[in-house]
Amino acid sequence: MAAPLTLLLIVAVTIRAVLFRSSLAELISARVEVVSPLNAWKRVVEGLALLDLGVSPYSGDVFHETPLMIYLFHFTVDYAEIVFIVSAYFVDCLSCFLKPLDRAKMAINSNYLKSDLLFNFPGCCELISWFITIIVCLCFCKFHFLCTCKYTDVRLCHQIADGITALALYLSIQTYNKDVFRKQKYALESDRYSADCLELLRSPKEMFYIPLKVAMFYLLNPFTILSCVAKSTCGLNNAIIALFIFCTLKGSALLSGILLALATYQSIYPLTLFAPALLFFLQRLYIPVNLRRSSFWFFTLQYAFMYVGSLVVITGLSFFLLGSWDFIPSVYGFIFSVPDLTPNIGLFWYFFAEMFEHFRLFFSCVFQINVFFYTIPLSIKLKEHPVFLIFMQIAIISIFKSYPTVGDVALYMAFLPAWSHLYRFLRNIFLVSCVLLACSALFPVLWHLWIYAGSANSNFYYAITLLFNFGQILLVADYFYAYLRREHHLTHGLYLKKKDGTEATLVLK
Amino acid sequence: MGLLSDPNRRKALTGLLTRLNTPICIVCYLAGIVWFMGLAFEPFTLRTYMSENAMGSTMVEERFSSGERALSLAKEFDAHKRQARGMPVEWLVKAMQSRGLEVFTQSFSRKLPFPDENKERYMVRGTNVYGILRAPRAPRTEALVITAPCSPGNTNNQAVALLLALAQYFRNQIYWAKDIIFLVNEHDLIGTQAWLEGYHHTNITGMEYSPLQGRAGSIQAALSLELSSDVITSLDLVLEGLNGQLPNLDLANLFYAFCQKLGVLCTIQGKLQRNDWDTAEGYTHAAQTMMLMVLKQACGRSWGDHGLFLRYHIEAASVRGINSFRHYKTDATTIGRLLEGMVRKLNNLLERLHQSYFFYLLPSLSRFVSIGYYMPAFGLLAVILLLRVSFPGLCHCFSVSLQPSSPGVLTVLTPVVISHLTGVALYLLPVHLQEMAVEHFPVSETEAVVLTAIAIYTAGLALPHNTQRLLSGEGTEQGWKVLKLTALLYLAVLLGCTALINFSLGFILAVTLVPITASITPHMPKALYAVVMVLLSPAFTILYCVFIYQELIEAPVSVSEGWMLFLSVISQGILDHALYGSLVYPLLALFIYPCWLMFWNILFWN
Repeated sequence: MAAPLTLLLIVAVTIRAVLFRSSLAELISARVEVVSPLNAWKRVVEGLALLDLGVSPYSGDVFHETPLMIYLFHFTVDYAEIVFIVSAYFVDCLSCFLKPLDRAKMAINSNYLKSDLLFNFPGCCELISWFITIIVCLCFCKFHFLCTCKYTDVRLCHQIADGITALALYLSIQTYNKDVFRKQKYALESDRYSADCLELLRSPKEMFYIPLKVAMFYLLNPFTILSCVAKSTCGLNNAIIALFIFCTLKGSALLSGILLALATYQSIYPLTLFAPALLFFLQRLYIPVNLRRSSFWFFTLQYAFMYVGSLVVITGLSFFLLGSWDFIPSVYGFIFSVPDLTPNIGLFWYFFAEMFEHFRLFFSCVFQINVFFYTIPLSIKLKEHPVFLIFMQIAIISIFKSYPTVGDVALYMAFLPAWSHLYRFLRNIFLVSCVLLACSALFPVLWHLWIYAGSANSNFYYAITLLFNFGQILLVADYFYAYLRREHHLTHGLYLKKKDGTEATLVLK
Repeated sequence: MGLLSDPNRRKALTGLLTRLNTPICIVCYLAGIVWFMGLAFEPFTLRTYMSENAMGSTMVEERFSSGERALSLAKEFDAHKRQARGMPVEWLVKAMQSRGLEVFTQSFSRKLPFPDENKERYMVRGTNVYGILRAPRAPRTEALVITAPCSPGNTNNQAVALLLALAQYFRNQIYWAKDIIFLVNEHDLIGTQAWLEGYHHTNITGMEYSPLQGRAGSIQAALSLELSSDVITSLDLVLEGLNGQLPNLDLANLFYAFCQKLGVLCTIQGKLQRNDWDTAEGYTHAAQTMMLMVLKQACGRSWGDHGLFLRYHIEAASVRGINSFRHYKTDATTIGRLLEGMVRKLNNLLERLHQSYFFYLLPSLSRFVSIGYYMPAFGLLAVILLLRVSFPGLCHCFSVSLQPSSPGVLTVLTPVVISHLTGVALYLLPVHLQEMAVEHFPVSETEAVVLTAIAIYTAGLALPHNTQRLLSGEGTEQGWKVLKLTALLYLAVLLGCTALINFSLGFILAVTLVPITASITPHMPKALYAVVMVLLSPAFTILYCVFIYQELIEAPVSVSEGWMLFLSVISQGILDHALYGSLVYPLLALFIYPCWLMFWNILFWN
């Protein structure tokens, strides 16, 4: 599997490098669908300039990224060469050093589940060895497409972020598939599935290429490519979320907590991923979700402590780096109160531009609650399937967040191949794909008519935004229904009969 | 949502669509055509009305009286033009300065990608002269433009003279709230383009021009004047701009209102309005007027100097004086008054024209069809493509192509890529290969470009299905279905986007492309269907449009003349793209033609 993945990485990197060098890059980085006020590269550059001048980057109302992110870019821009050489060597040495260690550890530890709760070496090692591949690819690219622009290395930073996301997704889905297969085997052995649903079972053959497809869906998705070429920081947020998923599926609670805290710190909304991660760990450690059990509370508190602790540490770190709390209103206040009404693919801007000012608080509460509210019913319904719950949550975040971009959409779309076995139960997939395709084509057209030609108006553009979100919601709902229906069939048999013996149909109500 | 989630109703619906697919498609197509033709029927159209408050209620009094002086100025201008063998720049500068304007000139030069044989120009070098009348009682934040092209020969002299006479009269009035720019441009559209690019500090077409020295505020509206005789019988209003863009309908309403007030005969598309809508002749007349507008809009070129203003969000129209054999004549004073009235009303504007419609068709000047009425005609055609997509066999293919280990996606990829490469060749090669073609064949550059384009177009017919056979051996049943599904979706999205930007172009393409693309399969008699497909291909659509257009303007042409016109239309399309950024040629070459090739490929799949 290494060869196709490497090839995929090289293809993806090449496409991005070519686009970076073409005249399209400038056009793309100005598209409202691709960049939002939160993650636009133009604003990051402004923040960097302010930082260089010794002014707080949050003075003025332009920059809304988190402090750690701007320091990361500051560092990358200034010391890019050193960072690259050192990290390549460091990673190389580390992996050589880790591999034997890892094997030794595996040999010694028979009780593997408990021991790797905190530090999961096998997973990290795998990821690191892949990391080398990316860096090698990129160095290759760097020398191939030598540019002398100041921010060249930032482009590499974005490319690496995309590569890491794809790898993390690849490895997580691989792990998840193994898990699923194991569970299926146990269930079969204990006769928990009904007899006539053999055709619903998943075979290793069809599951073999799924991780690769997931990586491909992420790397070659036009949405991801656009987002990367626009140098939107969305790619980095996606990388953090993907790493969080990876660490969670590998079973490392501490790393998962830290990365979740980092993702929350970046954009608040991943907060809702706390529930699926917790459910996953509980399931993995065979702790039943029972409010009266002390073990349940013990682990929940443990995980919550890791999460909140790292969140506090990260926030404190930003405070010490920046020397002020400016970033709290400027980043989180900006996300919650939605003061910037630049049109985007989300649902907020039009409503907030239209309504009366004194309803603002009420409506921002109503709109923001959407993201968080669905966590509770979904967690209850999907408590046995935390990975699917993660997918649902990411999709809901990307639909209902205040400044969505196509980069967010790309992240959850990458998961679709992982649910390819649900295909036979999907009802509207064809309609939805047509809607999403048509909307993607219509966004620039209506933008042109509204802004340049002046003949259309904001209603036209918002109509397409609505349709796009309708398509997304229909897609997610469809997958949710299909997942539940497959589970239902697995236990109750594929060919359901009504009480009077006629063929029954399942209806989601 | 009930319809989408209730399995029984879904089944009933899909069953109905499957059984009656072909009849529904035929009905939709006929309904689309009938709907479109019905748009010209007067009871189905709306009466135009002035939406803009600032222009509606307050009438102005026109006092312009120096029509005679304008005519003598025209003679003087003509003499100087002859003397200078081109635009008499110095005389114009002096004339404008003596009328109290701030006068500036702008020189520009442009080398055309290949010689323009219609207008006989290749290396273009010229000068624009413009004078600004500063508003006496307002900050210089907004402006209006009146432009008259300085054409070769003795056309348009009266327009320039009337412009100068108006400038003199306007200078003495105190009510101006907006700066007024009087622009005399050389080399018609190229001059306008240079001036507009200079004014807005852009350079999108690679024109070389000197920067503008003087500037007024943001331009709110522009009027272009074309007048070649001392007296006229009627005034024609030209609205179609670059890429089929139209100015706000209020501008047309304004023109119509003043024509009514001053008793000037006014036409659109050169056709007078008739009052007998309930007779067959009346309906045919309205339908012809509307068809002319559709054809002009579809070709995406600018039909007057105003067309380029529209791109900069400036509402603009051309007013063209026509002198025919009618008895009733209008003199220059009346035309001056008409323009005075229009400019004074525009001067009253408090914001940009935006109240009225931007998407409309005009069967006559007093009647219009808005987007809500004409879009269903296109929608009925487009829905056929979607119905054919949901055709059960194809829908099943979609599910198969999503499954792992299906051959579908890869076999489809080759024809798609090849078709698009052919499209790219069609877009790039004609202009780039002209030198080579001129060396080897006894043709002029323009002919070389056009003939190369036609050659590549024809070669594209032979290329794709051959390579497809070589690459993947015998085509499978699954393969063509997936290809057809992709192509249908592609065409639907493509036509939808086109129709939003330029309804006429989208509709004309839909009328010719939809029937054949919806019905094509590899199991049909090949020779017959190949002929039908070629006859309904984009190039032939252009040819038909040329003939229909000539028929509608009452200048029918023979087949050979039509062919020559067709060739010149193609060269004009390529030139329009290179000079002004018209999008019709790239759209046809890079998207529509490859999409059509994909269907061509299906026909020869096995």
